[in-house]
Amino acid sequence: MSYALEIKDVHKVFNRGTINEKVALDGVNLNLNPGDFVTIIGGNGAGKSTTLNAVAGVWPVDSGQIIIDGTDITGLPEHKRAAYLGRVFQDPMTGTAATMDIEENMALAYRRGERRLLRWGVSRAERSLFREKLMTLGLGLEERMTSKVGLLSGGQRQAITLLMASLKQPKLLLLDEHTAALDPKTAAKVLEISDKIISENHLTAMMVTHNMRDAIAHGNRLVMMHEGRVIYDVSGEEKKNLHVKELLAKFEEASGGEFANDRMILA
Amino acid sequence: MQYFMSLNPLTLFRALPGSIAQGMIWGIMALGVYITFRLLDFADLTVDGSIATGAAVSVMLIRGGVSPLVSLLIAFLAGMAAGLVTGLLNTLLGIPGILASILTQISLYSVNLIIMGKSNQPVSVDNYPLVVSLRYVTDNAVGRAVFFVGMLCFLLALVALLYWYFGTEQGHAIRATGCNGNMARAQGINTNFIKVLALMISNGLVGLCGGMYAQFQGAADVGMGRGAIVIGLAAVIIGEVLFGRFASKRKFAFAYTLLAVICGAVIYYMVYQFVLWLKMPSEHMKLFSAIVVTIFLAIPYLQEKRSMKKGVARQ
Repeated sequence: MSYALEIKDVHKVFNRGTINEKVALDGVNLNLNPGDFVTIIGGNGAGKSTTLNAVAGVWPVDSGQIIIDGTDITGLPEHKRAAYLGRVFQDPMTGTAATMDIEENMALAYRRGERRLLRWGVSRAERSLFREKLMTLGLGLEERMTSKVGLLSGGQRQAITLLMASLKQPKLLLLDEHTAALDPKTAAKVLEISDKIISENHLTAMMVTHNMRDAIAHGNRLVMMHEGRVIYDVSGEEKKNLHVKELLAKFEEASGGEFANDRMILA
Repeated sequence: MQYFMSLNPLTLFRALPGSIAQGMIWGIMALGVYITFRLLDFADLTVDGSIATGAAVSVMLIRGGVSPLVSLLIAFLAGMAAGLVTGLLNTLLGIPGILASILTQISLYSVNLIIMGKSNQPVSVDNYPLVVSLRYVTDNAVGRAVFFVGMLCFLLALVALLYWYFGTEQGHAIRATGCNGNMARAQGINTNFIKVLALMISNGLVGLCGGMYAQFQGAADVGMGRGAIVIGLAAVIIGEVLFGRFASKRKFAFAYTLLAVICGAVIYYMVYQFVLWLKMPSEHMKLFSAIVVTIFLAIPYLQEKRSMKKGVARQ
């Protein structure tokens, strides 16, 4: 059986040859089994979000390979990779089209990876499907399907983006600090929805987070990154028994005693 | 006093049908501008060139013996070609949108001269069965009625067609691309292709408008597109400001918005006529248009700034 995702020795340098040169990914290797829910932690600039963007194809990588379910997608542009991926972003504004209705946004996501021709943008059958899906969120959004998404709160938008990411079963779900911009209560709710959607659809998922407690509480596997590499990879029972303190110690050890940044300590 | 005595309300009244007709034709162009400026969020200056291209193509084809109706279809295609060039400059060569459209606009000036052979080519309604002409409006009541009913039907059909198109998957893809490119790509939309497509549709409409306007005034002129983008924007903005609240929040809101844009163009030309009637020199009209557009573009921004200041003061 092939891996759901293989990241093979991926390198990426931004602004090469300039004073702002930054080695973002320095040989990342990571294999995900089907059904893995991996949380990724690390300090600022560790390469967490960059790894997700490399998989999503926001820019080409310098070297290495990215393989999803046996298909090498390293050379594919972002919009073609979308057929395999569901994505939720840190900024709630990024995942949805603000000037379009809730149902229109969902219909856009429902056609991910398909040719868009001259059929109706939202069909009647789809409307009732979307209504059902929205009801599962328990936010009352099924009554506002023709409201512009721009009128919704950040939490509501992230919930819809999560739903959109899973409407069409993705081979991999990428959650890029998708609760970082929300207040703690909303963040907890969105995480709960994430867990639910991932387990109900048996999705393979990667979740980047700054919050160590979240990283431990969610998923079956935890990966720590530092300076563009994976430095710690733990799963199963070992992960379940992890504590923030140990994780912090691990981080300091791996990063050569360098102090973890404030955001991670507070979390 | 003498000035006011010299103004004759009757002249204004007599000129009114002509300016309404002109506004209706420019309404087609305003729809094109609406597609790029509002839906695609792309300030496309190609239109200054592509409107004259449509005019040149239509007039030269008619003079060459092609039916005026068919010439309009080809004017539409010529406009699309202009949009294609801007789109490819932007997406394939990575030239910023506004600059890409200026490059196309400038090159179209030469292209239009090549098409026409000289800077102005007449096409008289006496010699050719033109689709639209100022003569139809001014000649007699029956001709006028036929013209306006026909024009109205055509515009309504055009709005219906655009309403349908922007409700399809492809239309949704254009709106998503204009609203949030990152989101569109994450949903598998090829935003580069969509941009080119929308620019082509928009400039096709502009080319069609150019062809019709040339027939209407009986000539194509290489300079007729100068400042066209400003007129198009003025129409879009006037339509939104005057009818925006009316159009939103009802069924078929988008169709009403498109109609509002056409009305914006008609109102623009009525005001234009009025200002000319007040004996303002016609060369000053571009300044006048630019000021109108500036004011209406600035209003939403300044309102937001003001409400922010108020918010700060309250805290």
